[in-house]
Amino acid sequence: MRRTLRAYPALLRVGFAEMVAYRAEFLVWILTSNMPLVMMGLWTAVAADGPVGRFASQDFVTYYLAVLIVRIVTNNWLVWEMTMDVKQGTLATRLLRPISPLVQYSAEHVAAIPMRVAMISPVILVLLWVGGKSLMFGSFERAGVFVVSLLGAWLILFFTMVLIGSLALFVQSALSIFDMWLALHFLLSGYLFPLELLPAWVAPISTATPFRYTLAFPVETWTGKLAMASAWHDLAIQWVFVVIMATAAITVWRKGMRRFVAFGG
Amino acid sequence: MIEVSNLTKTYRVHKRTPGALAAFKSVFSRKYEAVEALKDLSFSIAAGQRVGFLGPNGAGKTTTLKILSGLLHPSSGHATVFGFTPQSRHFDFLKTITLVMGQKQQLLWDLPPAETYAMNRAIYDLPKAEAEHTLTTLVDLLEIADLIHKPTRQLSLGERMKCELAAALLHKPKVLFLDEPTIGLDVSMQARMRQFIKRYNEEFGATVILTSHYMEDVAALCPRVVIIDKGSLIYDGDLKALVKRIRPERRMTIGLAVPATAESLEALGTVVSHEEARCVISVPAERVNDSVKHAFSALKVADLTIEDPPLEDVMREMFQKNTAGAAEAS
Repeated sequence: MRRTLRAYPALLRVGFAEMVAYRAEFLVWILTSNMPLVMMGLWTAVAADGPVGRFASQDFVTYYLAVLIVRIVTNNWLVWEMTMDVKQGTLATRLLRPISPLVQYSAEHVAAIPMRVAMISPVILVLLWVGGKSLMFGSFERAGVFVVSLLGAWLILFFTMVLIGSLALFVQSALSIFDMWLALHFLLSGYLFPLELLPAWVAPISTATPFRYTLAFPVETWTGKLAMASAWHDLAIQWVFVVIMATAAITVWRKGMRRFVAFGG
Repeated sequence: MIEVSNLTKTYRVHKRTPGALAAFKSVFSRKYEAVEALKDLSFSIAAGQRVGFLGPNGAGKTTTLKILSGLLHPSSGHATVFGFTPQSRHFDFLKTITLVMGQKQQLLWDLPPAETYAMNRAIYDLPKAEAEHTLTTLVDLLEIADLIHKPTRQLSLGERMKCELAAALLHKPKVLFLDEPTIGLDVSMQARMRQFIKRYNEEFGATVILTSHYMEDVAALCPRVVIIDKGSLIYDGDLKALVKRIRPERRMTIGLAVPATAESLEALGTVVSHEEARCVISVPAERVNDSVKHAFSALKVADLTIEDPPLEDVMREMFQKNTAGAAEAS
């Protein structure tokens, strides 16, 4: 563990250097993550005649800009990389290093965060200007819960990607499973719609699964839609999901390792 | 010390005939076939040896190397490398070995090799001064000083391979698994690679296990060969003894100052080829002296060389005999 911690800064530095090398592709990826902006336009038009539930036009603007930022900071596409590494055998190169491939993957994706934040900083400035007081947290407590919830969201998504990516060691169509997960994620995480605007039967599904805790929870905490008592409660549940997803992902990964056949050479 | 005992590896392979109907059927019912890549393989290699691991395509060479380097789990049997069980992937085990695959690379594609070296130093937890000293030695030996700061993608295949070797050896592994390390390289680069591998083995006392389809690699580097075919061991021993056993004859090449008749050449041995100014004759090893004397007395000889038969021929003959033997047995 100590060796891993000593090696981690070097992995982060290399990950950042790679990110800089791919900056053009990276910018294109960020520009294509514009669905929240489309939804923002739609809902502000709907709310022009009067608030929808607790959401006035201004609330929709704040909500979707927050969704955009939280998603860009916490999201990763590790599943693509893992399935390619498994299918093409390039996972072998990672396995030969005396450090877990999962640690290597995590460093590469953590290293991307500063660049992502730098690229979306104009959006953050717009959000702060539009959202004004409602985004200033009001208390250190709320700010603290928000930061920890961002970390929790990142971890749940990371381990979900590891879990689905590890399935490539068992089935040929891990990416199809990912597509199914993505569709559910869009609906149940609050990415497309604020969860409280969805039919009542959706809420129990969303809160009983990790989806809500990957996006809606940090966003609602930040935008002040969630009372502090509820935020603490949700934070506890979020970290239970972190543990569950981590356990599931590492278990499947370890079992999958026995099946790795290191194709290609 | 590397110990392999009764190693077996079976792959489960999905099999179906081509066509849309077969694809549709495979949705509901899949046929799998068990392919035995290794069958009861046993051998041991002492520390510091250079061993050629040979066999035709699909013989199980790469599978064995992947098991020995901890990438694959064996189906049954045991392998230990310097006391470690490879598939446990213990930190000290991974620090002891390196696997260089000619068709795969560990260098970061878009960054200069120097970045990979810095990353490896951290990952292998090497003291800075020690790593820098090793890197300087490797950079000098491989003559890559002007390459390590260029992005990997801009290097030629040979340049990349040299930088790859430096990355693989930075932690000074005691065991080198080299899987086709000279594949795709030009002749002079192949020779330099061989020279480097030999020097590394002699300088650091490292154990080298090499697979290569270039017999020159094997002849230059490996006094001992382990040969497998269809996953089973068919020879383990001295390379020269193998050549003598399979092809007990030597190859005499004679440059002719004056053309010779077929009859006069047949008196020397079996004629392999005969041109106006050059002929190649296969001669039993015990008759070489007599044949040389006879050639100088009966022919106008411009030059004469005696060699072992090409290793490629020896291998081909050995695999043919093995296949014929297996067919007979079944």
